[in-house]
Amino acid sequence: MNCQQAKLLIEPYVDGELEAAGIPELEKHINECPACALAWRNLQALRKSLKLDPLYFTAPPELRRRVKAELRSQVETKSWWGSWDWNWLTATTTSIATACLALLFTVTLTRPSAEQRLTQEIVSSHVRSLMANHVLDVVSTDQHTVKPWFNGKLDFSPPVKDLAAQEFPLIGGRLDYLDGRSVAALVFQRKLHFINLFIWPANETSSKPASFAPIQGYNVIHWSEADMTFWAVSDLNKKELMEFVQDFATGETVKP
Amino acid sequence: MDERDRSKLFEQTVLPHLDAAYNLARWLAGNDCDAQDVAQEACLRAFKFFGSFRGENPRAWLLTIVRNTFYNWLKKNRPPEIAGELDDEAMAVEDVSANAETINLRIADAKTVQRAIAELPVEFREVVILREMEGFSYKEIADLSDVPIGTVMSRLARARKQLQKSLAGEFTPGVQK
Repeated sequence: MNCQQAKLLIEPYVDGELEAAGIPELEKHINECPACALAWRNLQALRKSLKLDPLYFTAPPELRRRVKAELRSQVETKSWWGSWDWNWLTATTTSIATACLALLFTVTLTRPSAEQRLTQEIVSSHVRSLMANHVLDVVSTDQHTVKPWFNGKLDFSPPVKDLAAQEFPLIGGRLDYLDGRSVAALVFQRKLHFINLFIWPANETSSKPASFAPIQGYNVIHWSEADMTFWAVSDLNKKELMEFVQDFATGETVKP
Repeated sequence: MDERDRSKLFEQTVLPHLDAAYNLARWLAGNDCDAQDVAQEACLRAFKFFGSFRGENPRAWLLTIVRNTFYNWLKKNRPPEIAGELDDEAMAVEDVSANAETINLRIADAKTVQRAIAELPVEFREVVILREMEGFSYKEIADLSDVPIGTVMSRLARARKQLQKSLAGEFTPGVQK
């Protein structure tokens, strides 16, 4: 190793950055070469000079205090804003979520089922028939008059019965429009009460037991039988309307 | 992490290096007042970006921020010719090596060394502080100051030669052959 090479290695050597493999050769050269040994000693002296305590500036206490105070105030501001932001956001998000949920529930709960809608429709139809004085298209207490009247007006033949013997005299029939189709409406009477019995072909072929629903002061009874769906609606009390349904179901059907 | 926990962690891991931060800022800025400003701003920036700290070397991380804060401060507060980039290539290594090898350097007194360091260009000063006072490796200094290792080594070599020259001048009467 010559001095030129050694000079390039002395600094990494004193800095502890020289590869281990190169160290013995450099140390040998330093031992043998006074100029390089002097360079090495001077470098050591310089390094020691630079490590003198007074050369290292320690942070003044006021700086330390200021930094800590500044941090603290930032944390407090941030925490306050942070928590405020957070709470505000949470509150907002929660209220929005709650509102959405509530709306969803309201919509879901208040949205009538198909059957509820139909029930409502039937009551409206019943009320309308009474209000408009259009309860009957065919006025007849004779079931043999009423039944043929429907022929050609409907794509089905509704069962028509006279329940005069059970004190539910048939007073006539009418065409109506329910559940998106034309239906037969048979009108019965008990004293001053009218009973509208809506009939149309059932979607399901199976029989369905009678279900009762009071709505707006009217009683509605619905059942399915013999491929037909029946809706009886009246301001009659439940008991009497049930009787009517019983009587109609067991009553004798008019043969065409 | 809660803001208070974050601050606590910061005080435990980063703030113990406030001395190093101030020391570097003090050597770079050259006076106590500016150094305090730079160090304080650097600490607050460090806290702000504490989330990006990966926990490897808090002192190196803080000093990187001090260094960046200082150069930003320098651009704003000092004339551009002084803040101008150091041309590493333009400065010949040999011109400061004059008689450094022919004198027998003794350990100088602090005041003399301080003056010698202060006379160094800021980029040289920085490398000297990081290597000699903070004990960072070439690689760490290169990462910290965002320059290649070769540049760190050449700056350090030239800084040392200039320091030796300055200090040798002080000891001229006692020069020994």
